[in-house]
Amino acid sequence: MTEQRARNDDEFKDAGLYKGVHSVDLEEFYTSGHRTCQGCESALVMRGFAKVAGSRTVVTGATGCMYVANTSYMTTPWIVPWMHTQLAAGGASAVGMAAGIKALQRKGKIPKEKINVINFSGDLGAGDEGLGGISGALQTPYDLLIVIYDNESAANTDIQASGLTTWGAQTTFTPSGSKERIMQKRWKKNIAAMMAIGHPNVKYVATACATFPATDYLNKVKKALAAGGPTLLHTIDPCPKGWDYHPRYSNILGELAVKTGIFADYEIINGRVKYTYDLRKRERLPVKKYLEKQGRFSHFAEEDYDYVQSMVDEMWEEWELPGILPIKGGLSVERE
Amino acid sequence: MFEMEELMTGTDAVAHAVRLVDVDVFAAYPIRPYTGVMDRLARFVANGQLDAEYIIADGEHSQFEIGKHASSVGARAFVGSSGTGWLYAMEAIGVTATDRLPVVALVGNRALDDPGAFGVEHNDALLVRDLGWLIAWASTAQEALDNTLIAYRVGEDPRVRMPVAIAMDGGYLTHSEHLVKVPSKEAVKKFLPPYSLGDRVLHPDNPISIAPQANEDWVMEIRRQNYEAAKRSRGVIIDAYREYESVLGIHYDNPFIEELDVEDADVVLIGMGSASVVARSVVREMRNEGKRVGYLKLRWYRPFPSEEIRKSLKNVRSVGILDRNFAMGAPDNQAITSHDIKSSLYESTNHPIVTDFIAGLGGREISRKEIRKMFNLMESGRTEKVYWIGVRE
Repeated sequence: MTEQRARNDDEFKDAGLYKGVHSVDLEEFYTSGHRTCQGCESALVMRGFAKVAGSRTVVTGATGCMYVANTSYMTTPWIVPWMHTQLAAGGASAVGMAAGIKALQRKGKIPKEKINVINFSGDLGAGDEGLGGISGALQTPYDLLIVIYDNESAANTDIQASGLTTWGAQTTFTPSGSKERIMQKRWKKNIAAMMAIGHPNVKYVATACATFPATDYLNKVKKALAAGGPTLLHTIDPCPKGWDYHPRYSNILGELAVKTGIFADYEIINGRVKYTYDLRKRERLPVKKYLEKQGRFSHFAEEDYDYVQSMVDEMWEEWELPGILPIKGGLSVERE
Repeated sequence: MFEMEELMTGTDAVAHAVRLVDVDVFAAYPIRPYTGVMDRLARFVANGQLDAEYIIADGEHSQFEIGKHASSVGARAFVGSSGTGWLYAMEAIGVTATDRLPVVALVGNRALDDPGAFGVEHNDALLVRDLGWLIAWASTAQEALDNTLIAYRVGEDPRVRMPVAIAMDGGYLTHSEHLVKVPSKEAVKKFLPPYSLGDRVLHPDNPISIAPQANEDWVMEIRRQNYEAAKRSRGVIIDAYREYESVLGIHYDNPFIEELDVEDADVVLIGMGSASVVARSVVREMRNEGKRVGYLKLRWYRPFPSEEIRKSLKNVRSVGILDRNFAMGAPDNQAITSHDIKSSLYESTNHPIVTDFIAGLGGREISRKEIRKMFNLMESGRTEKVYWIGVRE
């Protein structure tokens, strides 16, 4: 294990990883002008990848709250060149930019240099409508990064459930009623692992929380941009408006998502898994501690907490790769 | 001036044009009948005849988005589709126009499923007629090649900056062989300036935000700019044809329309696409019989050649419209091109009788006999506003 960890870190020794918060660059490339809510963690995801990527970068943002709240005409917060793309076009937008830049550089029409190509898509865009496009992007040879910022709903549209919404959550599409207490009956898609497993050529896939552990998300962006080829980051972004809590608790909820194990925090580097917060070895907090702080679960009965806990237990105790690969008990072979 | 003259299909002719403009990025997704163009371009890449990034997309939506975003960073892009594939890309088609990115797309006209027909109908391309795409219609492979070269010049012109669709009948033109003169690379280079978005290019040296959120505060002005660009495209198209002739010696009497014996005709049929070849031949035959008939072909559908149509039809008594499309429940139950033509004629001093002929749907052949029938109905005085020609009753 130690040997493997050393090998993983060694791979990114030239990526200039931050060693603690005091080493983080001060210059910002996502600044004032946006209109995100107080306590918005998705805004920190934007700010983080822009800071790490720096000025030689082009960005597309798929339709979502980070489009609508971020880029009102004439008050753009983006210091780097930025373009809107359609809800389902996150992957294709990155491919188009990367392919165009590559062709123009090869033909000598623009100077050769490394230009970071980044798309951010929300859970609705990336997890549902844009899934195929991101899959297509991950099959290309281009250097590009897809950031799935996941606040578990269509957060600027009215808080509707997406394919990445936690089981049981109240949203405008899944209200709790007198007949049906639980309307959100879909289990959250295991999107980062799905993409890693489905695209074996991809060198770097990771999950992250923007604020916990400190600098971890920023270093994951560094690694993704250094890995080469298409890469993917999936962040869990507590959302005061959609999750119904006071904005001051965003960082606490992010930390609890990781510490309760409902959101597995890991990297897959050239096919090797590295847990960022290894709940096989650490104490896993009860998931109720995370759920009960959010108004969207205020309708939960004890059996609902128990059900979510049982599913999280299964993730960490029965899955072949805990929190990542939902295969249980290895091969099932009929013996003669 | 020309590198070769040989028999080739309509899609191959477009592929040669795309090779000659030295396209930077093209994205493919298979659907009949446009797809031959991508097959040919893939071979050009495989054989080193074209230096481009070639992406096999995961669907038409991604395909058109790839073209759009490649165009946004300053790369010359090509995409295409047919029928329902074109419709699958519709969201991307819409924003390519509103982002004012001069992507060129081939639409190999195909029926809209269901039933799963792959024969020609014009509804696919006509669905984008109001979205901010310019549309050129080809009736021969040579015209398809010429249209494509001209499309890049017109679309990329800073006065226009609009995407252009090259429409072409599925089967009858995509898959039939014509003799085509293929210009040399040097000649095309002389005709077509390099693609430059200027200060609208997405590049780290030009840190702009493209398509930020705007609503009632700014959208109307943005639409107005697009409207003015579409109006300006007329003049740019005229310039492009003039330049095309001076560089390549290929002459078109009028960029927008093609007239055959219209000047002294009593009755004129109007159409576009491959049926024009049949219609022209019937007109020549009937002229020999002493009938005063003519044929008017539309080459550009957007911008729509209203002025040319008014001028061309100023002495005509009766007009027939060959509509290879349907418009369910539309005014007077006529199909799509009828409405654009009638609307143009409303501003004319001459108001001929307009009869709509719906024919050739789903790829059904439009025969000489049927074209003759259309002329006969017009000459003898029609009793209906719409006739379905060649349909089992």
